[in-house]
Amino acid sequence: MKIEPADVSKVALLARLDLSAEEMQAMAAHLSGIVGYVQQLQEIDTSGVEPMAHAIELRNVMAKDVVAASLSRDAALSNAPRHDGEYYLVPAVLGE
Amino acid sequence: MSLLDHSALELLALLQSNQVRAEQVVTESLSRIEQLDPPIGSFLHVNHDGALAAARDVDRRRHLGQPVGALAGLPVALKDLICTIDQPTTCASRMLANFRPPYDATVVARLRAADAILIGKTNLDEFAMGSSTESSALQRTRNPWNRDHVPGGSSGGSAACIASDLVPLALGTDTGGSIRQPAAFCGITGLKPTYGRVSRYGLIAFASSLDQIGPMCRSAADAALLLQATAGHDRHDSTSADVEVPDYLKAIAQPISGLRIGILRQQLDSDVDPEIHRAVTEATYVLKSLGALCQDIDLPHSQYGVATYYVIAPCEASSNLARYDGVHYGFRATQLTAAELTASESADLESEGPLVRMYRRTRETGFGAEVKRRIMLGTYALSAGYYDAYYLKAQRVRRLIRQDFDRAYQQVDALLGPVTPTPAFRFGEKSQDPLSMYLGDLFTVSANLAGLPGLSIPCGITVQGLPIGLHLQGPSFAEPTLLRLAHAFQQATDWHARRPPTS
Amino acid sequence: MTPPPTSTPPPVGAVRPYTVIVGLEVHVQLATHTKLFCRCPVKFGAPPNTQTCPVCIGLPGALPVLNETAYYLSVVTALALNCEIPAYTKWDRKNYYYPDLPKGYQISQFDLPMSCNGWLDLSDAQGRCSNRRIRIIRAHLEEDAGKSMHDEIAGRADTRIDLNRTGTPLLEIVSQPDLRSSAEAKAYLTELKLLLTYLGVSDCNMQEGSLRVDANVNLHIPVGSGTPEEIIETPIVEIKNMNSFRAVERALDFEVDRQYREWQATGKQKGEMPKQTRGWDDIHEVTKPQRSKEESSDYRYFPDPDLVPVTTTTDQLEAIRSTLKELPAALRLRLITDYGVTPYDADVIVNQGRTLADYFLAVADQCGDGKQACNWVTQEVLRSMKEGNLTIESFPIPSLELGRLIQSVQAGKLPRSRAKEVFGVMLEQILDLDTTLSRLGIQAVDSGALTDLGRELLAANPKVVADVQAGKEQAIGALVGQAKKSNPNVDPGVMRQILLDLIRQSAG
Ligand SMILES: [Mg+2]
Ligand SMILES: [Zn+2]
Repeated sequence: MKIEPADVSKVALLARLDLSAEEMQAMAAHLSGIVGYVQQLQEIDTSGVEPMAHAIELRNVMAKDVVAASLSRDAALSNAPRHDGEYYLVPAVLGE
Repeated sequence: MSLLDHSALELLALLQSNQVRAEQVVTESLSRIEQLDPPIGSFLHVNHDGALAAARDVDRRRHLGQPVGALAGLPVALKDLICTIDQPTTCASRMLANFRPPYDATVVARLRAADAILIGKTNLDEFAMGSSTESSALQRTRNPWNRDHVPGGSSGGSAACIASDLVPLALGTDTGGSIRQPAAFCGITGLKPTYGRVSRYGLIAFASSLDQIGPMCRSAADAALLLQATAGHDRHDSTSADVEVPDYLKAIAQPISGLRIGILRQQLDSDVDPEIHRAVTEATYVLKSLGALCQDIDLPHSQYGVATYYVIAPCEASSNLARYDGVHYGFRATQLTAAELTASESADLESEGPLVRMYRRTRETGFGAEVKRRIMLGTYALSAGYYDAYYLKAQRVRRLIRQDFDRAYQQVDALLGPVTPTPAFRFGEKSQDPLSMYLGDLFTVSANLAGLPGLSIPCGITVQGLPIGLHLQGPSFAEPTLLRLAHAFQQATDWHARRPPTS
Repeated sequence: MTPPPTSTPPPVGAVRPYTVIVGLEVHVQLATHTKLFCRCPVKFGAPPNTQTCPVCIGLPGALPVLNETAYYLSVVTALALNCEIPAYTKWDRKNYYYPDLPKGYQISQFDLPMSCNGWLDLSDAQGRCSNRRIRIIRAHLEEDAGKSMHDEIAGRADTRIDLNRTGTPLLEIVSQPDLRSSAEAKAYLTELKLLLTYLGVSDCNMQEGSLRVDANVNLHIPVGSGTPEEIIETPIVEIKNMNSFRAVERALDFEVDRQYREWQATGKQKGEMPKQTRGWDDIHEVTKPQRSKEESSDYRYFPDPDLVPVTTTTDQLEAIRSTLKELPAALRLRLITDYGVTPYDADVIVNQGRTLADYFLAVADQCGDGKQACNWVTQEVLRSMKEGNLTIESFPIPSLELGRLIQSVQAGKLPRSRAKEVFGVMLEQILDLDTTLSRLGIQAVDSGALTDLGRELLAANPKVVADVQAGKEQAIGALVGQAKKSNPNVDPGVMRQILLDLIRQSAG
């Protein structure tokens, strides 16, 4: 399983990473190695086996629809890299 | 003789009988951290003033005859991905270097309710992704037994501070072996509980369906004490088990005669270090001499554990770590002015817009190499066209791995094997080759995939002077059985009492 | 800026050379107190970022727990939409980056939604569309995102983010592309909204974002002359940002025309270009292309490991079904069969909402005459509400008082000719029936007294008697006027009949 830098570049955009050219090469090599190793799963017959998404068999865990305390706005914004006391601020979304 | 030569249970008895004050214990712990930790580097943050204040409060209440909690006055160290309202929580990442959670994790709330003293936050692999604590972006932690060697990971800081007797109790987290492997490397006792036994609320997620918080201590008895205070149902965690918490300290006092132990022969006879093979084999003789019944047993799919794990864990991680985007908390890459941009950056900005640029620069700078590798791997495996071949396939193999355990536990009460194929390795030995690092998790990942408990206790020391770990695993909620076996072993041997050489 | 359309769309009723294919995705905010996965309130209009907690702002370590009521309301709605409710449903993460989505993923439902394969019947007695069954592909639960506020000059200033809305429970109801016109789309939305409000599962307030609509639209154009006809399908366009039913109607009309013109110009068919997203510009009344994200379709859905599946048994479903409130369609039928209301009026009453329908039912039950109750409610009540800008909740005449008014007319206690006057006074002065009657001096006049009065009048006016007997019946009017002068409670119609009867008797 060979993963090319072009594939890495596509995945990097999906993951919102921004790899340098050298990182891209190393990443392609590492991912190829790991994905190659993972390939061994294909040799196992899993037909009829139910996928297992959870490590515990729980169902129907719900909470009552009763209001609990929210964070104060100051606490909510306290870790924000940029805010104006009311809102989180981010670079313009519509960047054309 | 330091107060911290005592076990947590002994310290508790001294505190309860008013032979020592909590302030003395905490002061001793703080001064040991100050003197002994710099060359080891287990702590990222020491809660000096807060810990002293909490200790004095415990002393005051005890003096007034007011009720105090079950761990009153005992210092506890927390792996720094467990949220604390009064201390930073960094995940050893640049991304969260300045993050202060506005809330406590459920385990933290329970420790406070038990009047434990939260003494500080310990180092880890960045976001718990690693097996050596080398991927911490903030600090290097060394193995107290040999400082050229890694302490293991990802709970390397918690393991190292216990091994150095800086604190009697610590919490770690285990996603693929991150409690048990550093416990083995540092010669301490570490328990990964059954998935759902301890609340994950406030544990910063690496892989949500695998993560579990557990005690790291010097003995099984101390682990029982800490598990007792932290286990139990939490309505804030949908995956928390609503199962009664047994009396662990009572359980460990039971004799082990008649318990059936399955020896994981394939693991033991695989490519493990001969010294580990010998130590684990000798441990089985000890348990047999105590009345345990041993038989060989096989988990046919456990050889696929690492491959399965390195699909599922990165997939979940890629999504769990999407929230670190520089918008609501944590690190944000500075916005460069037009003049500061290189030509290619300007071109990117043109095509992507300032927001996407900010996301990508923030995540590129805020995460270290291993975290980025796993995010990339998970994003790739979940992306269109690959989901069935990787994620879904791994989920199916995961069930086969679980079914192997279920079959085994029809025949035996616990499984026994090595924790790791090798003792603690040297810095840099594996960090350049991620796959070789991942393969070190071979014996531990299956318990996480299956959601079952596993425990690591010291069972020997190599000629080089590095500890060796014994791996005990059990069925769902069999923590009492595992602790009981471990305690019996520790009553009969003194491996857990060995201390690293002082330099 | 896109210029306004140059060519005018074909006039309504003109034969269009194509079939319009529309499917709607409706996001409905469920009427809970708290969010879908945390216990923050969902009150509209709170100051920005004051209704958030570690869970809904996606702080590291925080975990979701499903809102019991949100799940219940979603099942209620799905049952009312005739959906199948599978025994097992689960939660998935839809991964994408946007600053009002703080976790970097939306918790939604992907391959095993909580309901599927339902339908909604359209039956418009008012004649705006034909009777149709619109199939529903699925309805699933998901959390809402927050709100981004962009500055006027895009790209120049920061975008502001308010996360109060983040995590609000939404039910996404996806129809099959069964709708064939903008009018049908509007009828579907109207009936859906009515159903949701009758069930009480949502307030459907579009201004507050409680009901949001996206439309998928394309055209099927028959070409060639052979049979079967060859059909060309135009590329599907998704229209977003329509904030009223009127906007949906106009946006679809615009888009249908635009697609036809574009097909004429380019000949582009479905499959020859990626699905396009266009936004409705309410001011210029055009759809405009929206910035497409190259990788937007790769959401990397996978089961959310933080949430466990939900299972429902047949018994549980039947228990919920038995608590379902009466749906609009059933109520229309009941008004027609049990109350003698015409289909048209049943539609008028039911479509006004459950409160007005309940008002009608109470009036009808009080007076025992569905037709009369219907006349009063659909004419006087609705007209007064409109003129006074009143809602039925604030209407000054209680249903039982109106019922008694109608009863008094039927019993002859209140002259029919004065009933509207009484209604008007009750409305204006907020009085009950009895007080109004006494203020107006209206008392029941017994027929014996009227006969006596008639005899007196006839005796005093022999000329009128002679005129009537000579065939000039209208001469009686003068006596009716005199009777009313002497007693204002006299019903002119009744008096007239008594006078004529007396003349006839004396002649016989
Ligand atoms: Mg949706
Ligand atoms: Zn919240």
